Amino acid sequence: MSEVLLSGTNLGKAFGSTPALDSADLSVRRGEIVAVMGPSGSGKSTLLHCLAGIVTPDTGVVLFEGRELSSMSDKARSALRRGEFGFVFQFGQLVPELSCVENVALPLRLGGAKRKAAEATAREWLARLQVEDIAAKRPSEVSGGQGQRVAVARALVTGPKVIFADEPTGALDSLSGEQVMRLLVGTAKETGAAVVLVTHEARVAAYSDREVVVRDGRTRHVELVP
Amino acid sequence: MSIGHALLGLLETGPRHGYDLKRVYDERFGQDRPLAYGQVYSTLSRLLRNGLVVESGIEAGGGPERKRYAITDAGVTDVGAWLVTPENPQIYLNSALYTKVVLALMSGRDAEVVLDTQRAAHLKAMRELTARKRDGDLADQLICDHALFHLEADLRWLELTAARLNELREQVAG
Ligand SMILES: Nc1ncnc2c1ncn2[C@@H]1O[C@H](COP(=O)(O)OP(=O)(O)OP(=O)(O)O)[C@@H](O)[C@H]1O
Ligand SMILES: [Mg+2]
Repeated sequence: MSEVLLSGTNLGKAFGSTPALDSADLSVRRGEIVAVMGPSGSGKSTLLHCLAGIVTPDTGVVLFEGRELSSMSDKARSALRRGEFGFVFQFGQLVPELSCVENVALPLRLGGAKRKAAEATAREWLARLQVEDIAAKRPSEVSGGQGQRVAVARALVTGPKVIFADEPTGALDSLSGEQVMRLLVGTAKETGAAVVLVTHEARVAAYSDREVVVRDGRTRHVELVP
Repeated sequence: MSIGHALLGLLETGPRHGYDLKRVYDERFGQDRPLAYGQVYSTLSRLLRNGLVVESGIEAGGGPERKRYAITDAGVTDVGAWLVTPENPQIYLNSALYTKVVLALMSGRDAEVVLDTQRAAHLKAMRELTARKRDGDLADQLICDHALFHLEADLRWLELTAARLNELREQVAG
């Protein structure tokens, strides 16, 4: 079994007087796909945000490749998010003014790549996600399923080590959700990226290697006796 | 499922030998449960008795495996009627899992562990089906999806029960 890439230990977080996480633990190995399941409001997204360095937990430690996220400068943390992490959310969160190929090229451009090279790479990723035909369209002109595949392409384009996906199929019907999951998991496995997959749907979680259940802000880990 | 009707349906595309019927059935519908030869021949002799199939030629050598069977008009009518008769929706009111949860609560054990272990077992099965779907053709996908949706339904019940465990604990105690 390969080494731990990302871990959160004893994570706690409250928003004002609302507790969201309470001594939650989760570790992710390189290339591993971990589903985070649990009812609405249980703290799944908060856990994902803590692991991704978007939210700083009140208690506990998040380590990525042995580095503690909370002790890094904001600048270093942003650089880490841009270079090593990819994100896919329920509603693509693509930039509406940009075409699909420009959206996918954006993370590369932000990293300093030239426009032509960035868009060439972006096109390759659109092709891998089987949506090269919509490259020139705006996000408002494509279907939900196509938009999510563009979002997956954008998440993978920088070659991240972890993809954070929060209900990536939440707004899709069964068939397009399935295509997105197949492509997300398939490309993550090919590139060796780990995936933290938040979902409340068991059929989506079934694409993972392992699941963790969050209830009332606490993680529950179950080992089946074989 | 009615094996007799399934075999009749296959015969509607043309006469076949018993072993050929078994092969086609297993390929298309058998999944993890191939037909036994004995079952094929006992089913065929019943269809024969009821006039739904006839023998249509025997190869030299005799024996049941050499016989060819063809569907009759009565057989075609029978298949047609079967296809438009709905299968009984299966209503699972007798849930072993519900019983376990209640007994765990009654005895003061941790009922969440019962639910967690079951969830893990269900997800394990769902992972295997998902992997099989990935490597399979359309037939595999549809058959695995059928099983996946059923397991998912169990899990939805399980999550609902988990969310209402405190309520149930009070009722069980009261
Ligand atoms: N920014 C915020 N400000 C205030 N409260 C918040 C904030 N984010 C989350 N919460 C609260 O924290 C708790 C956990 O929320 P979280 O979004 O992590 O749940 P979730 O499991 O992702 O739910 P869902 O399945 O509905 O997305 C909830 O009670 C929520 O209302
Ligand atoms: Mg959420």
